[in-house]
Amino acid sequence: MANQALPRPRLTGPQPVVGQEVKTRLNPLVKSSDGVVADRIFGWAILGCALVVLGILALIVWQLVARSQPSWQAFGWKFFGGQDWDPVNDHYGALPFVYGTLVSSLLSLVIAVPLAVGVAVFTTEMCPKWLRGPLSFTTELLAAIPSVIYGLWAIFVLVPILRNYVQPFLAKTLGWTGLFTGPPFGIGMLAAGVILAIMIIPIISSITREVLSVVPQHQREAALALGATRWEMIRLAVLRNARAGIVGGIILGLGRALGETMAVTMVIGNRPEIAKSLFAPGYTMASVLANEFSEAAGDLYLSALIEIGLALFLVTIIVNALARFMVWSVTRGQPARARA
Amino acid sequence: MADQLATGFAVLTVILVLAPLVAIFAYLVLKGIGSVNLAFLTQIPKPPGELGGGMANAIAGSVVILAIASLLGVPLGIGAGIYLAEYGRNRFGDSIRFVSDVLNGVPSIVIGIVAYAIVVLRQKHFSALAGGVALAIMMVPTITRTTEEMLLLVPNVLREAAYGLGIPRWRTMLSITLRTATSGIITGVMLAFARVAGETAPLLFTAFGNQYWNWKLDQPTAALPLQIFTYAISPYDDWHRQAWAGALVLIILIVSAVAAVRFAVRRGTLGGVA
Repeated sequence: MANQALPRPRLTGPQPVVGQEVKTRLNPLVKSSDGVVADRIFGWAILGCALVVLGILALIVWQLVARSQPSWQAFGWKFFGGQDWDPVNDHYGALPFVYGTLVSSLLSLVIAVPLAVGVAVFTTEMCPKWLRGPLSFTTELLAAIPSVIYGLWAIFVLVPILRNYVQPFLAKTLGWTGLFTGPPFGIGMLAAGVILAIMIIPIISSITREVLSVVPQHQREAALALGATRWEMIRLAVLRNARAGIVGGIILGLGRALGETMAVTMVIGNRPEIAKSLFAPGYTMASVLANEFSEAAGDLYLSALIEIGLALFLVTIIVNALARFMVWSVTRGQPARARA
Repeated sequence: MADQLATGFAVLTVILVLAPLVAIFAYLVLKGIGSVNLAFLTQIPKPPGELGGGMANAIAGSVVILAIASLLGVPLGIGAGIYLAEYGRNRFGDSIRFVSDVLNGVPSIVIGIVAYAIVVLRQKHFSALAGGVALAIMMVPTITRTTEEMLLLVPNVLREAAYGLGIPRWRTMLSITLRTATSGIITGVMLAFARVAGETAPLLFTAFGNQYWNWKLDQPTAALPLQIFTYAISPYDDWHRQAWAGALVLIILIVSAVAAVRFAVRRGTLGGVA
C-alpha cells in the first residue's frame, strides 16, 4: 500500500546503475560526507521536540504547585473541607465545588453507561453489517461537537424540556426520595448531568466497541453451540470477557466528565451550595475557574483558584491512568479466558 | 423473551443516543441559518442591547489564534512523533508516550491556567499569543501519537532500501518515511486542529475576548467560541440569535477543514498510507 508513494523518479531506474552514476542520480539525496553531522543535528532536533513534551507536563505541575502555595499555606487540608467561598473576606473552602464535580460526573455516568454500552452491543453484535459503519460514524460525530455548542443547545433546548416535562414528572413519581424536590428551574445539577452524559457517550461507547470486538469469535460460537440464545451469548461470552475493558472505558468517560467546563458552566446554575436535590443549582471545580479566574483580584483568591485547578489536574490524571491501564489489559493482554 | 427484551433495549439506546445528535444539528441549522448573513460575517459586535452587528472580529481572531497554535504545535508534535517512531523503542520513549497520553487527559481549563501563568502574567495582559500557546499545548500530544503510529506503519524495507543507497538517516526520515506517511499525519494534525478549534475554556483567561478589531498579537483578542459563550449566557434575544449563527459557522469551519483534508488525501494527491 505504501509502495507507490515512494519518490519514484529519484529512486527507481530502468536499468542497474553503478559507480559514479549512482552518485549523480541520487545527488539531491546523497550529499557525500556531511551525512554524519546532519544526522546528529537532526537527531538532537527531534530529541528536543520529545523533551518539550516532557517539559510541558513538568511546566504544568510546577506552575500549579508553585502558584497554589499561598492558598495551601493559609488553609491546608481544610481548603477541601470548607464550605465557605468568600472572596470578599478572603476565605476559601472548595467543598461545594468538589461536591458539584463529583455529583454531576457520577450522575452523567448513571445516565450514559447503560446507553453507551447498549449502543456498543448493538453495533458489534446485533445490527446488520451495512448499518455498522454509519452508526459508529454518527456516534463519533457527537464527539466532534465543541463543548460550547453543547452548552448553547442545552440552554435553549434541553433546559426548557427538563423544566416543562422531565422535572415535574420526576418530582411527582420520585419526589419522595428527596433527590427530586424543589422548584423546577431546569437549570441545575440535573441539567449538567444530562448534558455531560450526552458528551461522554461517544467515548464510552467507542471504547466498549473496541473491547467487544477483541473478544474471540470462538467464544461466541461456543456459547451458541451450547444452546445459548443471542442475549445469553452476549451476556455470558461477550460482556463477561470484556468486563475490565468496559469499566476502563467508563472510567475514561468519567475523566472527561470531571474536567468538562463550558457546557456545565452554562447550565449548572453556578451557586456554591451543597443541596441534596438534583434540581438545585450547583457549581463545579472547572466552572468556578471559568467564571472567576479572569476576575480574581488578590493573590490569595487567585492562588485558591489555582489550587482547585491543581486538584482537578491530579484527579483527572489518576482517573485516566487507571482507565488506560484497564483498557490496555483487555485489548493487548492475554487472550480472554472464559470465566463461567 | 429475554432475548427480545435485550434487543429492544439495545435499539432503544441507539434511538436515545442519536436523538440529541439529530436535535443539535437540526437546531444549529434552523436557528443559525437565518442569521448567517453579510452583516454577521463582516461587522463587529454592536453595544449590548442594540440590534445587528456581527462576529467578523471573532472569526478573524480565531484564525489568528489557531494559526499561532498550529505554528507552535504542529512542528513540535511531528518532531516528537518522529523521535518516538525512529529512536523511541526504549524506556525513555515509553515515558514520553506515557506523558503525552497523560497530557491528552488534562482538562483544557487547567491548560488555560498554565498559559495564563507563563504568558499572561509575564506580559501583564491577555493576548492572542497566550491563547495560541494554550491551544498549541493541547495539540502536541495528539499529533505526537498519531505521527508515531503513522510512521510505524511505513514498512522497514523502505528505510533499509534508503540506507542501502547511502542516503543519510535524516534524509531518509524526512524524504522517505515522513513522506510516505504524509496523509496519515495530516489526518492526525487535522483531528488535533478540529479539537482545539472549538475550545473555549483555555481561551477565557488567555485570549480573553475583545469587542473590537485587533491585529496585535500581544493584545486581548476575540475568538469565535468565546463570543458564542458570551452571547449565549447574555440576556439579549438578538445576541442569542447571533450565538446560534456563530455556532453554525464554527461547526461548518471545523467540519469543512476536516472534510477538505480527507478529500485531498482520498484523491491520492498526497499519497501514502491510510
